[in-house]
Amino acid sequence: MLDFPRWKIASILGVLLVGILLAVPSFIPESTAKQWGLGFAPRINYGLDLAGGSHILLEADTADVAKSRLTNMEDTVRGAMRKNTPAPIAIGDISANGNTLSFFVRDPAQVDAAVDTARNLTQPVGTTGTRDWNVQVVDSTRIVMTQTQGGIDQFVKQAMTGAVDIVRKRIDALGTKEPTIALQGSDRILVEVPGQQNPAELKALIGKTAKLEFKLVDTQADPAKVAANLPPIGDQILPYQGRPLAVFRQAILTGGDLKSARQDYDQNGQPSVSISFNAKGSRAFAETTQQNVGKPFAIILDGEVISAPNINEPILGGTASIAGGFTAQTAQTLAIALQSGSLPITLKTVEERTVGPGLGQDSIHAGIIASAIAVAAVIVFMFLTYGRFGLYADLAVLINVFVILGLMAVLNATLTLPGIAGFVLTIGTAVDANVLINERIREERRRGRNVVQSVELGYKEASRTIFEANMTHAITGLIMLLLGSGPVKGFAVVLLFGIATSVFTSVTFTRMLVALWIRRQRPQAMNI
Amino acid sequence: MRLLKIVPDNTNIGFVKLRGWAFGLTLLLTIAAGVLVGVRGLNLGVDFVGGLMIEAKFPGDAPIDNVRKHIDALGIGDAQLQQFGPKDTVSIRLPLPPVHDEGATNALVAKVQTALAQDHVILPFNQVDTVSGKVSDELIWKGIFAVVAAVFCIALFGIVRFEWQFGVATFISIFHDVLMTLGFFALTRYEFDLNIVAAVLTIIGYSINDKIVIDDRIRENLRKYRQMPLGELIDLSVNETLPRTVMTSLTILLALASLLFFGGHVLRGFTAAMMLGVVVGTYSSIYVSSSLLITLGLDKSRFRQMEEAGDKKKAARARAERIGPKA
Repeated sequence: MLDFPRWKIASILGVLLVGILLAVPSFIPESTAKQWGLGFAPRINYGLDLAGGSHILLEADTADVAKSRLTNMEDTVRGAMRKNTPAPIAIGDISANGNTLSFFVRDPAQVDAAVDTARNLTQPVGTTGTRDWNVQVVDSTRIVMTQTQGGIDQFVKQAMTGAVDIVRKRIDALGTKEPTIALQGSDRILVEVPGQQNPAELKALIGKTAKLEFKLVDTQADPAKVAANLPPIGDQILPYQGRPLAVFRQAILTGGDLKSARQDYDQNGQPSVSISFNAKGSRAFAETTQQNVGKPFAIILDGEVISAPNINEPILGGTASIAGGFTAQTAQTLAIALQSGSLPITLKTVEERTVGPGLGQDSIHAGIIASAIAVAAVIVFMFLTYGRFGLYADLAVLINVFVILGLMAVLNATLTLPGIAGFVLTIGTAVDANVLINERIREERRRGRNVVQSVELGYKEASRTIFEANMTHAITGLIMLLLGSGPVKGFAVVLLFGIATSVFTSVTFTRMLVALWIRRQRPQAMNI
Repeated sequence: MRLLKIVPDNTNIGFVKLRGWAFGLTLLLTIAAGVLVGVRGLNLGVDFVGGLMIEAKFPGDAPIDNVRKHIDALGIGDAQLQQFGPKDTVSIRLPLPPVHDEGATNALVAKVQTALAQDHVILPFNQVDTVSGKVSDELIWKGIFAVVAAVFCIALFGIVRFEWQFGVATFISIFHDVLMTLGFFALTRYEFDLNIVAAVLTIIGYSINDKIVIDDRIRENLRKYRQMPLGELIDLSVNETLPRTVMTSLTILLALASLLFFGGHVLRGFTAAMMLGVVVGTYSSIYVSSSLLITLGLDKSRFRQMEEAGDKKKAARARAERIGPKA
């Protein structure tokens, strides 16, 4: 027990010193840290409840996924049958309903070819041999395609990965610091933006699908039929300034052909969005505008026509401008959304939390005061109860506080409001190990053992209890970390760090202090 | 310097003798807590029932009646106003709008803001939480699952590391602690949210900590005093660990009290729950879990056989490590 070789002392002190040093940058204001060249140093990350900001949980609209896959498949089937080799397959009565798409083949001799063509449009899902669509023939000429759950799931999975990237690009464009964008489960995205107190703005930006399409307006369409929502073949009817407008289904260009988008002002000084196309887009745009001078061209965003200007002259430069009653703010939002690409899936907000900057500041302030008072009270109490041994425990608690903060900074753990509570609780429990040890020492003294024996037995007998007790405590911490969400997790992180560091400081570190004292003073009696 | 001694040396309180009374009282309190939770229910926050929660701060005392008047006039459903924190802050709870599209909740928040701005200096809202029914259902199940999983894992730990009676006794007393805490929330109507689940889990962790220390001492004494009757042995163990139990509870209560008084209103419910949990947990460690061992029939002879059949080398090593005369 008294055997503390120099290397052991050095390594214990070394570990603690590193822990403390890691905590230091978090106490220096960020600007000062940068001046001192410590800008790289790890800092404690404040949770949204302390830093203020917005937390938004987005969920994929899976019902919408099934619907849009069905519509897409309808278009794909039409095209594939028409382009079928050696001979096009004539189909009719195509209808989409629920999870199925059904159509009939006009020439019964072509049913097999049609089935093959339809099968070729499906994709395998996973390794089990199932495909994303089942193709069946009913009533000898009717083909029914049913989308499988596996197909929808796989689509959602891929789309979510893409959606996370796009949401990240959009948030980054806002220039806020340290946002969190993470996939949660299979169909959710968690977005946390510290310092952003306007969730409405944030939602407008990330919730926008930003599916951009350029389509020619069908000027030949019968206005009466358009008004009755009966599109001519090959057309679709979209809303434009509250009225229906017939456009050709075929998109000339889509958002995928864009190179960049930025907020601008048009010749009338109105806010607009300037876009430039990539090589392929420029070519298609030039070609279409050359061939259709004088005709209107619809710019469609998320299924709504935002403007339909006439093509006055061929546009060859590969750039265009979208105007349509924007404010500078909405134009900016649209530009960011277009620049980052369109979301492959519709996202809905299912949870939203905003903490104002004032409350966060108040909470940090209150948290620091409460922690300081808690530390002071515990320190005084321990000293009054255990004297010298209490002081050792106090030293251990103080170091413990810094080491937890240092660890949290390095591991980039987030300090939340319940985290502060966990912190205060840790201060309370950190002395428990020392209480156990010191009470044991007292017991052994009462039984008449000498100083060295009492100390030695105290540490030895208490160590096992400390281990058992902290193991169970750690189990609850782990469960909180694994199963908890939000604040529960934040609390669990601090608790677990606290358990780990407090065992080390209160058992190993104080033992070293006691051993050094005994070695130096050779006390015959002690006050405990 | 004379050191502080909260608990005098060599106490000899007959805890086991009192266990009939303690069990009766505990059972009564536990049933009362259960009934209270069943009848009055918990004041579940938006985390668990879904909805919209706005925390508004006013320059002076919050004009509750006026706020209520304005919000009722909006006709946006049944609003609940609460004030647990400082006098200038009021929390407004609203059901989510039936059409849940992107703009609807924002519009609702804006509506409330405009309505309040008619009579009051308008400050930005402290906090706005919106939780959809789907998410809140998941959160509540996750919360319940976490608590149940924690209790079971710990009981399992008790069974593996000690004897089954220890595991079961711990399980029962933890159940009691949790129920008492829930009873407290049903009684005070403090909002029960995700933070409180963290508090409940912490109480479980702390309470277990406490019980394990006593259990460990009982096990140690079972080895030491093989002939002592179980009741006497438990009394001895609880008395021996009493100074530690009281000391630790006091330090933790001290730390929590500073959080309660200085930690800001957001954590008040959380802290109150933990303080109560510490008191209840300490009580159940002393009176419930250890005394239950007798009721459950901890078999001393079986324990002795296991010990004797146990690893003799280990015992020899332990003896060799000791310095000085034997006890």
